[in-house]
Amino acid sequence: MYGTGFGCLRWLAEGGAGQDVGRSCILVSIAGKNVMLDCGMHMGFNDDRRFPDFSYITQNGRLTDFLDCVIISHFHLDHCGALPYFSEMVGYDGPIYMTHPTQAICPILLEDYRKIAVDKKGEANFFTSQMIKDCMKKVVAVHLHQTVQVDDELEIKAYYAGHVLGAAMFQIKVGSESVVYTGDYNMTPDRHLGAAWIDKCRPNLLITESTYATTIRDSKRCRERDFLKKVHETVEHGGKVLIPVFALGRAQELCILLETFWERMNLKVPIYFSTGLTEKANHYYKLFIPWTNQKIRKTFVQRNMFEFKHIKAFDRAFADNPGPMVVFATPGMLHAGQSLQIFRKWAGNEKNMVIMPGYCVQGTVGHKILSGQRKLEMEGRQVLEVKMQVEYMSFSAHADAKGIMQLVGQAEPENVLLVHGEAKKMEFLKQKIEQELRVSCYMPANGETVTLPTSLSIPVGISLGLLKREMAQGLLPEAKKPRLLHGTLIMKDSNFRLVSSEQALKELGLAEHQLRFTCRVHLHDTRKEQETALRVYSHLKSILKEHCVQHLPDGSVTVESILIQAAAPSEDPGTKVLLVSWTYQDEELGSFLTSLLKKGLPQAPS
Amino acid sequence: MAAHLKKRVYEEFTKVVQQQQEEIATKKLRLTKPSKSAALHIDLCKATSPADALQYLLQFARKPVEAESVEGVVRILLEHYYKENDPSVRLKIASLLGLLSKTTGFSPDCIMDDAINILQNEKSHQVLAQLLDTLLAIGTKLPENQAIQMRLVDVACQHLTDTSHGVRNKCLQLLGNLGSLEKSVTKDAEGLATRDVQKIIGDYFSDQDPRVRTAAIKAMLQLHERGLKLHQTIYNQACKLLSDDYEQVRSAAVQLIWVVSQLYPESIVPIPSSNEEIRLVDDAFGKICHMVSDGSWVVRVQAAKLLGSMEQVSSHFLEQTLDKKLMSDLRRKRTAHERAKELYSSGEFSSGRKWGDDAPKEEVDTGAVNLIESGACGAFVHGLEDEMYEVRIAAVEALCMLAQSSPSFAEKCLDFLVDMFNDEIEEVRLQSIHTMRKISNNITLREDQLDTVLAVLEDSSRDIREALHELLCCTNVSTKEGIHLALVELLKNLTKYPTDRDSIWKCLKFLGSRHPTLVLPLVPELLSTHPFFDTAEPDMDDPAYIAVLVLIFNAAKTCPTMPALFSDHTFRHYAYLRDSLSHLVPALRLPGRKLVSSAVSPSIISQEDPSQQFLQQSLERVYSLQHLDPQGAQELLEFTIRDLQRLGELQSELAGVADFSATYLRCQLLLIKALQEKLWNVAAPLYLKQSDLASAAAKQIMEETYKMEFMYSGVENKQVVIIHHMRLQAKALQLIVTARTTRGCGMFLSKMYFITDLPHLQDSFVDKLLDLMPRLMTSKPAEVVKILQTTLRQSAFLHLPLPEQIHKASATIIEPAGESDNPLRFTSGLVVALDVDATLEHVQDPQNTVKVQVLYPDGQAQMIHPKPADFRNPGPGRHRLITQVYLSHTAWTEPCQVEVRLLLSYNSSARIPKCPWMEGGEVSPQVETSIEGTIPFSKPVKVYIMPKPARR
Repeated sequence: MYGTGFGCLRWLAEGGAGQDVGRSCILVSIAGKNVMLDCGMHMGFNDDRRFPDFSYITQNGRLTDFLDCVIISHFHLDHCGALPYFSEMVGYDGPIYMTHPTQAICPILLEDYRKIAVDKKGEANFFTSQMIKDCMKKVVAVHLHQTVQVDDELEIKAYYAGHVLGAAMFQIKVGSESVVYTGDYNMTPDRHLGAAWIDKCRPNLLITESTYATTIRDSKRCRERDFLKKVHETVEHGGKVLIPVFALGRAQELCILLETFWERMNLKVPIYFSTGLTEKANHYYKLFIPWTNQKIRKTFVQRNMFEFKHIKAFDRAFADNPGPMVVFATPGMLHAGQSLQIFRKWAGNEKNMVIMPGYCVQGTVGHKILSGQRKLEMEGRQVLEVKMQVEYMSFSAHADAKGIMQLVGQAEPENVLLVHGEAKKMEFLKQKIEQELRVSCYMPANGETVTLPTSLSIPVGISLGLLKREMAQGLLPEAKKPRLLHGTLIMKDSNFRLVSSEQALKELGLAEHQLRFTCRVHLHDTRKEQETALRVYSHLKSILKEHCVQHLPDGSVTVESILIQAAAPSEDPGTKVLLVSWTYQDEELGSFLTSLLKKGLPQAPS
Repeated sequence: MAAHLKKRVYEEFTKVVQQQQEEIATKKLRLTKPSKSAALHIDLCKATSPADALQYLLQFARKPVEAESVEGVVRILLEHYYKENDPSVRLKIASLLGLLSKTTGFSPDCIMDDAINILQNEKSHQVLAQLLDTLLAIGTKLPENQAIQMRLVDVACQHLTDTSHGVRNKCLQLLGNLGSLEKSVTKDAEGLATRDVQKIIGDYFSDQDPRVRTAAIKAMLQLHERGLKLHQTIYNQACKLLSDDYEQVRSAAVQLIWVVSQLYPESIVPIPSSNEEIRLVDDAFGKICHMVSDGSWVVRVQAAKLLGSMEQVSSHFLEQTLDKKLMSDLRRKRTAHERAKELYSSGEFSSGRKWGDDAPKEEVDTGAVNLIESGACGAFVHGLEDEMYEVRIAAVEALCMLAQSSPSFAEKCLDFLVDMFNDEIEEVRLQSIHTMRKISNNITLREDQLDTVLAVLEDSSRDIREALHELLCCTNVSTKEGIHLALVELLKNLTKYPTDRDSIWKCLKFLGSRHPTLVLPLVPELLSTHPFFDTAEPDMDDPAYIAVLVLIFNAAKTCPTMPALFSDHTFRHYAYLRDSLSHLVPALRLPGRKLVSSAVSPSIISQEDPSQQFLQQSLERVYSLQHLDPQGAQELLEFTIRDLQRLGELQSELAGVADFSATYLRCQLLLIKALQEKLWNVAAPLYLKQSDLASAAAKQIMEETYKMEFMYSGVENKQVVIIHHMRLQAKALQLIVTARTTRGCGMFLSKMYFITDLPHLQDSFVDKLLDLMPRLMTSKPAEVVKILQTTLRQSAFLHLPLPEQIHKASATIIEPAGESDNPLRFTSGLVVALDVDATLEHVQDPQNTVKVQVLYPDGQAQMIHPKPADFRNPGPGRHRLITQVYLSHTAWTEPCQVEVRLLLSYNSSARIPKCPWMEGGEVSPQVETSIEGTIPFSKPVKVYIMPKPARR
């Protein structure tokens, strides 16, 4: 028996500078159910290519009819950015599943993104605030490890994924077939989040991201230590530290890192955080303590780690204050906004320092200074001389190659599908997975469909009475060993039951028919019938020790329910005919007996 | 006065008589106890419903049963068991049977047959499991009876096929606990077939129920614990269980693999899918390492812990645990550790990190990269980065143990340990600092490592800083820059946290004495001397300057060229510091000065033996006490005590012993003196005044005996007996003195309770007393006193055997120092917190015994119980108390001093062993915590305080 198999589609950005900014959108059909995983957008485009091509899913017909549900793994825009467009503009009214933190933070990011696109760049044909609100109304929030029944057959379950607050991996299950989609995940814990974890759920397919397919990273501690040391030293010498960050995710990690360090070392230097988006987000971080790491979870009763003591809101005027300070400012690549303003003010002093905690796209100020440029041309032909120290610290929250392998090992899937990465790197990982874990691995291109056959196991209900009866006959059933069982399989209303034959007859209202086999065995024996029967009896008795062999008064012999009669055919007195008769149920024993009798009786002692 | 005294004694006397009556009453109660079984029988018969019966049984279980009545109770229970239909009642009875068979003094073999009998007929799985548990209790009670053990094992094997996991669990437990060890014994075991217990248990490794699998592994471990040698074949079975779905199975399997690896470290096992073979211990090590990245943190902790104790593993495998090949885009990358090392060895230190500094270098051969290493690769790297701090701590501990046994590994793991100094959880940081200290004799810190280590000095936690000071005391630093760096950071620490002063000075003392040659080139800079100009004389009271001097002077001790660099005032400061901080500043051989102490120091070492001899001789001299006249005895004692005291002062190692014996001799001296008093010959009414002396002596002896019993660690039972004996004599003396004025002896008799504790001591007071016991009990008080008096006089001096190791408990209050002239002002009625910091030496169980006492000028005394968390244990026999004491008082007109001191509380009844029946009944906790008395054991410190009246 074969299941209906999977169709797996995905879209990914072609080219582009970083793998992180692709748009994630995967369609899975599993046992007749269609599930869309993530609904991301591409940050690099400003036209239609920004959103996935949803017409690909159904050429004609409504999306709601075709899709059973949509699952969003976390709040990054490359995983959820196209959601309002998809649900409100293309039109989808089915359920959207995400975790509680994602549900809380996602609209803030979408709104922020909308503002930049519409208000600043003046784009038309973009979703509105109302659409975001309407879209979020369709969202069903799930808890970790909560099994949500989407409909009668389809169920989903969320696992912790690390990466960002509220990021989850999802198990999608229909009957005995299941798929796990990881979204983005992190196998090493950081200062505010724990490591991804999954049980041995043995799915048919594991869809995993592979951003760092060819990287094995160094331990986080060195990087953290370096970061803290740099900041500490600069501040000690009276310098100012600028840390350009994106508003969510890494920013919180760095805040916690600095906050705890300040606390530990009893430092008094002010730390500022540019306000706006972050304050709202921090508010949610405070609320979702169960989603954070062990340390924060354990200590939040005394003090919530996100209630920063040392980190205060930043005001534009503070940048000119004398004395040391640390400022987190957005955006992360120094291309515009507050971070760039502060950078321009501080760049001239060699005591100061800027720390770039993430990747910078080519063309941004961040990229220029990281590649060692010391003289920057600003708008209006100004030349800015950069004297401040420039540092680079990479804090990435994706699993590296080892982490991916570890997760695959934990979940023990039958097949692995790599998405969200570069083809060349995925090739390496694919080879490794097949070699070391002996799991078949796929890496489809954009728009490509992969179909996987699954061996379907069909659950059959068995009546307790029958099971107990069969158990009583033999020893304990051994684990993982097949065992023979007699019963009747009833298929009714697409469910299967195994019951004892009597019950089946009763249920179906059928009369019982007996099927008997009879067989004649010719024996050379000159003695009388009775004596032959007696000889047969003693012979069988000596061989069949476990069975009940009886000699009946009418001269016949019974072995269990098998009847053996000796008769003398009239024509030949030298041979006797043994009539052996058995029911269908005793076929095994019956055929054994006949073959035994055909060999003849042992020479009787005279 | 006399009338008053008389009244007092009467009061006490009458009170005591009442107590005696109570005692008799309890004895009566005891007599009624054997009827308990009958009561139970009646109760059970009365019970109308199973719930009722259950209630009775529960009530019954609350009270202990005496050994002699156990059998009766068991019979009744069994009888009821047969009649009972309700499984829950049967379950309770079964559990009671188990509990009863554990009673000391009861031999449960008589109920075993019955237990096995009812087991055969039982249908309920739960009751079956409970019965098997009972059998286990019986079996463990009779470890030497082979036949019974065989029989029980047989029973267990029969029920192994039960469908319920609970029953199978218990069966396996039984097999594990009772399975026979030697096969030869079976012959006399009534023909019961021998069973290969190991094989039977091993078969259940593949049971369908994870709980049974766990029980099977546990049973196997139990067999190992009982001394049965496990077969090597188990190893392969256990390895399969490592990939079990259930964490408890995996966790137990890890333990089993560890056990086998310790049993057969050197045997050879093949590596699957290749022709190679490796040692079993290496293979097991690799497997356990793999479990460090298991999905369940329980297993991870277990695995990380066990790694630490696998010392036989070959160094090749060991070093792999710290190895993690980095790559980026398929190109090889160096770790930050490697880069740091390289920077250091190339002579360039601490360059700023540049973009692309960690750029990947050579291409990696894709085929050669192994992402999931089968071996030990990176186990510790993972363990130290784990999400759960429990795993990290376990990993640090394991690192410590492995590093202690392998110096090369210690060198390698240094980078990782240093990294752990920045862990987010303080406990982990502290643990890694301690670990580093333990392995510090194997390592030398590189400058960049030292830099990271020193950065932690700014930590706001006092524990961390002090642990780090301890670490610096015993680290080896490789360069003079390192020393300079350490000094600068320590001074920074000193300005930031002035309370660390003592700890920092001590740290610098060791740092100086360990690295004299590295300090030498730094001296001019540190003392800021100039070749031509005289510089200003630094302030002698500056703690930072003292710190620098401590470092230099300690280095100068082994570096004779150094004093030449000193300027004049340095010599003066040396003389001053040598006097005021003699424990930090060593004696130096300075030009133009005579060195007194250096000649002494070697001779002390050689004298060690003679001083021991001297101690012995002076103690032996005292044995002849018996044969001397009282005058001579007194003199002998007096000068022996003097000798011992002097010896204790001179020889710190023998101080404990000397003090201990001196105290004992002093007691004896007091006793002799008291008995020499003339008062005994004078008629009663005349000596009232003189009796003060005798009663004071008695009181003092009592105090001294309490000190001897509770203030010394290492006192053994034989000494305690002698001390008790001395106390008894003191009590007798007290009685005689009081009884001469009044008439009464009840008090004494009531205090003789510990007479029974004392073994038969030849010729002693007790010995004689016991002989006279019948007479004492019957005779009149006056007569009793007379008897006591003569016995006391005749009793011989008991020789006190010396324990091997004995130390006197002592405490020093570091803070408050008691020097401040500024009173601590606070509003009356409110509280003020006073920080108390003290070191305790040789105190056993300080959490329960050490108290802080505050004495107010009005005589009011307050006793404060510090929290258990306030005690730290920095080293063996040493404790540190850092706590806060809250003071409060009504308003004063003048500031005044309060006294703070530490007390050692004791409770002599805590030494009496408790009743073994613990499981059923509740224990009254107040017995353990009550304080009988206290001994002050630190010098009091005066604190100036001033409660102001509240302003309205």
